[in-house]
Amino acid sequence: MSGTMAATLTRNLVTLVKGLGGSRWPQLVSRPLSVSAGLCSSENPPPRADSTFKVTMVPGDGVGPELMMAVKDVFKAGDIPVEFDEFHLSEVQNMASDEKLEQVLTSMRNNKVAIKGKIHTPMEYKGELASFEMKLRRKLDLFANVVHVNSLPGYSTRHNNLDLVIIREQTEGEYSSLEHESVTGVIECLKIITREKSRRIAKFAFDYATKKGRNKVTAVHKANIMKLGDGLFLQSCAEVAQLYPKIKYENIIIDNCCMQLVQNPYQFDVLVMPNLYGNIIDNLAAGLVGGAGVVPGESYSAEYAVFETGARHPFAQAVGRNIANPTAMLLSAANMLRHLNLEYHSQMVSDAVKRVVKQGKVRTRDLGGYSTTGDLVNAVVDNLRHKPVH
Amino acid sequence: MAPLFLFGLSLTVSLLAISRKSVPFTRPAQMQTVTLIPGDGIGPEISAAVVKIFESAKAPIRWEERNVTAIKGPGGKWMIPPDAKESMDRSKIGLKGPLKTPIAAGHPSMNLLLRKTFDLYANVRPCVSIEGYKTPYTDVDLVTIRENTEGEYSGIEHVIVDGVVQSIKLITENASRRIAEYAFEYARNNQRSSVTAVHKANIMRMSDGLFLRKCREVAENYKDIKFTEMYLDTVCLNMVQDPTQFDVLVMPNLYGDILSDLCAGLIGGLGVTPSGNIGANGVAIFESVHGTAPDIAGLDLANPTALLLSAVMMLRHMGLHEYASRIQTACFDTIRDKKVLTKDLGGNSKCSEFTSEICHRVQDLA
Repeated sequence: MSGTMAATLTRNLVTLVKGLGGSRWPQLVSRPLSVSAGLCSSENPPPRADSTFKVTMVPGDGVGPELMMAVKDVFKAGDIPVEFDEFHLSEVQNMASDEKLEQVLTSMRNNKVAIKGKIHTPMEYKGELASFEMKLRRKLDLFANVVHVNSLPGYSTRHNNLDLVIIREQTEGEYSSLEHESVTGVIECLKIITREKSRRIAKFAFDYATKKGRNKVTAVHKANIMKLGDGLFLQSCAEVAQLYPKIKYENIIIDNCCMQLVQNPYQFDVLVMPNLYGNIIDNLAAGLVGGAGVVPGESYSAEYAVFETGARHPFAQAVGRNIANPTAMLLSAANMLRHLNLEYHSQMVSDAVKRVVKQGKVRTRDLGGYSTTGDLVNAVVDNLRHKPVH
Repeated sequence: MAPLFLFGLSLTVSLLAISRKSVPFTRPAQMQTVTLIPGDGIGPEISAAVVKIFESAKAPIRWEERNVTAIKGPGGKWMIPPDAKESMDRSKIGLKGPLKTPIAAGHPSMNLLLRKTFDLYANVRPCVSIEGYKTPYTDVDLVTIRENTEGEYSGIEHVIVDGVVQSIKLITENASRRIAEYAFEYARNNQRSSVTAVHKANIMRMSDGLFLRKCREVAENYKDIKFTEMYLDTVCLNMVQDPTQFDVLVMPNLYGDILSDLCAGLIGGLGVTPSGNIGANGVAIFESVHGTAPDIAGLDLANPTALLLSAVMMLRHMGLHEYASRIQTACFDTIRDKKVLTKDLGGNSKCSEFTSEICHRVQDLA
C-alpha cells in the first residue's frame, strides 16, 4: 500500500514539475501532502448518528448480487451507518412469488428507501404479462426514473463533459402489459397515456430542474404519428411548462432526439419522456459516457426512492467472473446516502469512486482495463477519505 | 406476368455481361425506365444532380418524371395522381426527392400515402461511414431493415375517457414473417453475414414475442446467415459504444424509425444517408429522407449525396452493380478529397460544382 502511495506521489510530482518548471519546487513537494491533510481536516466526520438507517436491498439477477457485495464492502470500510434488509427476488431462479414480493413491499413501507439490482425478465410468455420488475414498480408507484448522465473525468469517450438528465415515466405507456390476440396471428398491444400521469411526470421534471438549477426541459415524443397518445403527453408537458416561466421548454421527436444525441448531445439539459422512449434514451446516453457500468439511476414515487443503475441490465454473461463494473451501483449508493441526509458519507463514497476512475490505474474490462470487480472495490476502499494515509 | 418474366431475363443477361469482366461496357445493358419524383424544396436541384451524374456514368436508365401531390379521388379518398401511379405500376422502380407535408392540410403525409399505395413494407437504410466526413464514429457499416406497415404506427388510437388515450400496436404473423424473410434475403444478396432481430419481447411478451418467433422460424431456412436477437435497449447501448459489432438489423416499425435515425447520426446525419422502400410485387422506391430545406431551395447550395446514394442503392437493386460501384466510388472520392464540398459537408462549393466534380470522376473511372 505504502508503495503504491509513494508511486502516486512521485508521479504527481513528475507531472507537476513538467507542467510548471523547476522554480516552484519547494511548494510542490508539500502539495500532495497538504491535499491529503486537507481532505481529513476540511470536513470532520459528523458526530455519529444515534441510529443506523435501514435500507431494503434487492440484489436481483445477473451481476446484481456482486454489485451489492461491492456496496456492502465499501459501506463497511467507510463505517457508514446503514443496515440492509436483503431480499432475493428472481424470476429465473425460482425465487419469485407473490409472498416474496409482499415481503419486499412490507420492508419498503418501513424503510422507504431501497437499493436494487435488475430483476431479470424471462422472455418466454407463460400467461403472465407483467414481470416482477414491473409489478414492483407499480405496487410502489415508482413513476419517475431519473438518470443523470455525467461523463466521468479521467475516462475519455467519444463525447466528453456530458451532463444531462433523463426523466422517464415508468408506470404506463407501452409497458401496460395489456396485450391480446384478436384473431390467430394478429396481436394488439395497448399503449396507455393518461393526462394525470403525463402531468405528474412533467411536473416532476420541472421541479427537478428548478431544484437542481437547470435551465431547460425538453419533452421527447412521437406525436406526429401517435397524434392522440403522445399528443396528450406533449400537451400535458406544455401546460405544466407554463407554470415554470424561468425554465425553457422545448420538444423533440424521439428519432431526431436519438440522432442529435450521437451528433451533438450538448444541446440537451433535462429530458422528459414516456416509458419506452426513456428506456431507449437511458441506454443510448449511458453508452455515450462509458456504458451500463458507470451510470447511476434512481426511481421515485411520492413516498419511496429506489436506487439502481441507470441502464438496467442483469449482465448475466458476467455472473461469477468478477468482472462487473461496480462504479454505477456505488455512485447510486452514494446518491442514496445523500437522499438519507448522510451528506458527508455520500461525498466520501462518490469522491473515492471518482478518484479511482480519474487515476485510471484500476479499470474493469468494460472500460478497457484488466482489473476485477474486487480490485476496483479495494481501490475505492483505499480512497475513502476518512482512512488515514499509510 | 409476361413483362415481369422478360424483365427478369434481361436482368440475367446484363448480369452475365458484367460477370465477364473483360467486356463490361461493350454490350450496353438494356435501358430500364425509372419513375423520378423530384419532390419539393431542394428536391428538383438534387434530382437534376443525380440525373446528370447518371448521364456521365452512361447508366442505362430512362427517367420518367412525375409530380406527386395528394388529390382527392372519388369517394373522398386521398390518393396520388393517376399518372404517377400508372408510371410506377409500369416501371416498378422509383427515385424520390423530399416531399413536403403541410401541417394540418387535412391529408395524410405523402410518404405515408406512397407507402400505402404500393404496399412498401420494408424500409432499408445502409449506414456506412464516409471517409473524409468526420464524425465521432468511424467504420460504421450496417443496415437497418424496418417493418413499415404496422406496429406502433398502425394509426389506431382512441380516447377512452377524457384524459386517457389508448394507442394500439399491431403485430401480425404475416407482416413479421415477410419482413424477416426480406432481411435474410437481403443479407444473402448483399454478402452480409449476420442478421440481428431487435425486439422488446421481455416487456411486450405477446406482440414482440410473435415478431421474434417469426424471425427465429425464418432464420431456420437461412443457415448460412448468422442469427442473433437483442433487446432494443441493449442495441442502443452497444450501438453508441461500438457500432462495428452490427451487420443487418431487422425490427418492427417504431424501433426501426428510431434506430435508423440513430445510425444515420453515427455517420453524419440524413444528408448522407440513403434509404429504400421495398414493396410487394417487386415495387421499390428509393429516396432521400432529409427535409425539403425550403430556406436554401433554388440557391444551388443543397447536398445531393443522400439522393445520389439512394440512386446507387437502386442500381444495386436492379442488378446494375458495376454502375453502382462506379458512381459510389466517385461520390466517396469527392468527399474524401475535400476539395469540392457543399456547405453542410464542410466545404464552400455549390451543388452544381459538387455534381460536376462527381461527373468528372465518374468519367475518369470508366
